[in-house]
Amino acid sequence: MAELAAAGTGGHHGAHGGDGRRDFLRLITASGAVIGVGAIAWPLIDSMNPSKDVLALSSVETDLTPIELGSGITVVWRGKPIFVRHRTEKEIKEAEDVQMSQLIEPQPDSERVKAGHAQWIVLIGICTHLGCVPLGNKPTDPRGEWGGWFCPCHGSQYDTSGRVRHGPAPLNLYIPPYAFESNTKIKIG
Amino acid sequence: MAGLHKSDIKNPVLNWIDTRMPVFTMMEKEYGSFPTPKNFNYFWNFGALAMVTLAIMIVTGIFLAMNYTPNTEMAFDSVQRIMRDVNYGWLIRYVHQNGASMFFIVVYVHIFRGLYYGSYKAPRELLWIIGVALLLAMMATAFMGYVLPWGQMSYWGATVITNLFSAIPLVGTDIVQWLWGGFSVSNPTLNRFFSLHYLMPFVIVGLVFLHVVALHITGSNNPLGIDVKSPQDTLPFHPYYTVKDSVGLCVFLAIFAAIVFFAPNMLGDPNNFIPANPLQTPADIVPEWYFLPFYAILRSVPNKLGGVAMMFGSIAVLFVLPWLDTSRVRSARFRPIYRPLVFVLVAAVVVLGMVGAHRPEGIWVVLGRVATTYYFLHFLVILPALGILEKPLPLPESISNPVLPRRGGGGGPLPGGVPAAPMEKP
Amino acid sequence: MSASTLLRRLLPAAMAASVLLAAPAVRAEEALPHEHWSFSGIFGGLDLAAAQRGFQVYNEVCSSCHSMNLLHYRDLAGIGLTAQQIKDIAASKTVPGPLDDNGDETTRPGTPADVFKAPYKNSKAAGAAFGGAAPPDQSVLLNAREGGADYIYGILTGYVDPPAGFKVPDGLYYNEYMPGHLIHMPQPLHDDQVTYADGTKATVAQMAHDVTTFLYWTSNPEAVTRKRMGVRVVLFLVLMAGLTYTVKRQIWSDVEH
Repeated sequence: MAELAAAGTGGHHGAHGGDGRRDFLRLITASGAVIGVGAIAWPLIDSMNPSKDVLALSSVETDLTPIELGSGITVVWRGKPIFVRHRTEKEIKEAEDVQMSQLIEPQPDSERVKAGHAQWIVLIGICTHLGCVPLGNKPTDPRGEWGGWFCPCHGSQYDTSGRVRHGPAPLNLYIPPYAFESNTKIKIG
Repeated sequence: MAGLHKSDIKNPVLNWIDTRMPVFTMMEKEYGSFPTPKNFNYFWNFGALAMVTLAIMIVTGIFLAMNYTPNTEMAFDSVQRIMRDVNYGWLIRYVHQNGASMFFIVVYVHIFRGLYYGSYKAPRELLWIIGVALLLAMMATAFMGYVLPWGQMSYWGATVITNLFSAIPLVGTDIVQWLWGGFSVSNPTLNRFFSLHYLMPFVIVGLVFLHVVALHITGSNNPLGIDVKSPQDTLPFHPYYTVKDSVGLCVFLAIFAAIVFFAPNMLGDPNNFIPANPLQTPADIVPEWYFLPFYAILRSVPNKLGGVAMMFGSIAVLFVLPWLDTSRVRSARFRPIYRPLVFVLVAAVVVLGMVGAHRPEGIWVVLGRVATTYYFLHFLVILPALGILEKPLPLPESISNPVLPRRGGGGGPLPGGVPAAPMEKP
Repeated sequence: MSASTLLRRLLPAAMAASVLLAAPAVRAEEALPHEHWSFSGIFGGLDLAAAQRGFQVYNEVCSSCHSMNLLHYRDLAGIGLTAQQIKDIAASKTVPGPLDDNGDETTRPGTPADVFKAPYKNSKAAGAAFGGAAPPDQSVLLNAREGGADYIYGILTGYVDPPAGFKVPDGLYYNEYMPGHLIHMPQPLHDDQVTYADGTKATVAQMAHDVTTFLYWTSNPEAVTRKRMGVRVVLFLVLMAGLTYTVKRQIWSDVEH
């Protein structure tokens, strides 16, 4: 095909036919060759994108009923740990009442939970410092000074909204895309 | 001889590169202005087609390998996952699967071209020998590739073919166990076949490079089989043959695509949709169509070692073909006896292919033996004798003046004893 | 006739012959019935309604013995089921869940990402239940049988009384289209065995037709996309062949040959 493209612009000139018509024909042929090569390349490139079986697991549904008040569970979503925690009234209040000026990355709690479901906080359980998985889902885990999560690697601490309160982590824990299917079921992804 | 190359390339960047490493000058010399006989017919497309097919096979193969699992427990399912879940996986796999058949069709036509027009004769013997080595490398690659999907035909094909080596006296069993890495075709076998199936195409690329190097030293043969005598006999490769090859390529790809998209399993065997089962042999074991003639030769000999020897001999004889054919005329156009015999040879090979597809019973046994006999007779007896017995037709003066030499008496065969114009040195 | 014209005529014939060789020997059994299939031919599509009815037959009849390990419930979108229908079908199956904290096996309702639930734990268990002859997995069954759709349809409708004098051993059944006429599977389909939601009458022939359509799809889920893409690709290449040939004629116009 590349040869063809080269042929299209080749310097040899035949003796017959109008120059314009001939050049146009060669241009069309060369463009066709380029389109053909592009069309061959796309399936190969696309074959490296996530396949259907991978995409089928790209969202997980989680039942919230077994999660006791004050504790959390870890579910795996796209190979990452997801924390789903059932917050107590006290924890919600602490998260809502904090002064923005005290936060490393200021963000109100209301932006980190779904409206009407403030008792549920869903986070990607990966410390924003160097990628360790923080502790704190079980009430018996160390949860740090702010009652959220504590990263055992370098001592970063997060509050009950998953916001970083003590370095070295620079950012709050990320929130995965999720939605409530019903009051007791969420779909992550 | 060290020193910078004086490049004629205008573009400053390309010129800079070319001065230090004259790849562009080389490309121009070998594929641009390369003097090529002007009288090629479309049979001369098939070398380029084979090269393109090789490229297609390597590219699709690399992407398939990203998703294939060479493990007996998972291989079959991993191929089906490619077909079902990987984006365009079915397309890539069907192109690769049918590409093997297309590759053999193209190469068999290419070989026929060589036989018909005497392209194997001096000074192109080495070119031909590298070509036969390419055929062997292709066969090995295709055989190992067919094992990878781990269906019933994969498994039993691998079992039967590897067992051929057990015919070797004394060390046969040891060799077969060495090939298997065990006591039957099993996981180690699949692993090494995958590894080698990935390696071999690059060996083939190396051989193709040598094939082209040899070709560009001797220059191409042509339908008249006579040597190039003057610049009037040739055309620059580009644009004349680049565009002619492109025409053939488009037609070839259209046929290839029609098979891939409309009948992708036409050339396959239904049994290969059944996962390999080492305890149950399918009722009819048939190799892929491109191996059928050789398989028929194998079965035509009632002795195990004899059959294996004949089968390998059928390829081996091609290596020495340049010296078996004693005629001094290349093209079959000017060989009145050889010409029909090439078609008899083709017919014998086609018959062998049909024999290979049927159970060795009744008429098929007879046909197989007759065709096998002719195959070897053709190369080992007829060709050496023809050089002496056959009176070639008079050869044209030159490619650009393809009329018969006037003194030759206008069209009739030369008088007895007078040799046709011998192979002139270019 | 010059050598090259001769070659040009012989070559396609030789190539066609070698292609035909690949078609294995014709079976010396009853000629298979020739049904009209929505999916046959270059422009063949897929009768989605038939495929959906076929899934119902598989689900209610075949799946009690035959597994379909390459299919996932999510794949059913390919025969036009909606996401909700797929979710409901999957959820109606009980599939093995993760090990619990004690390391014991658990079960859970299926999800669209799950493989079709198999009737037996593994092929050994299936074999044991049928005296050693495990019912074959049906995922690619249609492609794995010579004759394809016609063969499957033939087997499903081919249960007739054996000819006089033909001895049918215990545990085997007579089937017109089975090579050797003896089959381990008892007649699987009977009239009105399923109730089609669309009111189609569930005759043996109808169910056989529908489930064969479904099995064609499970064997070749890409077929409709493939053929549609193929028409475009082949047309494009034919056009390119015409264009390059014209360009070739122009370039070669000043060469005497």
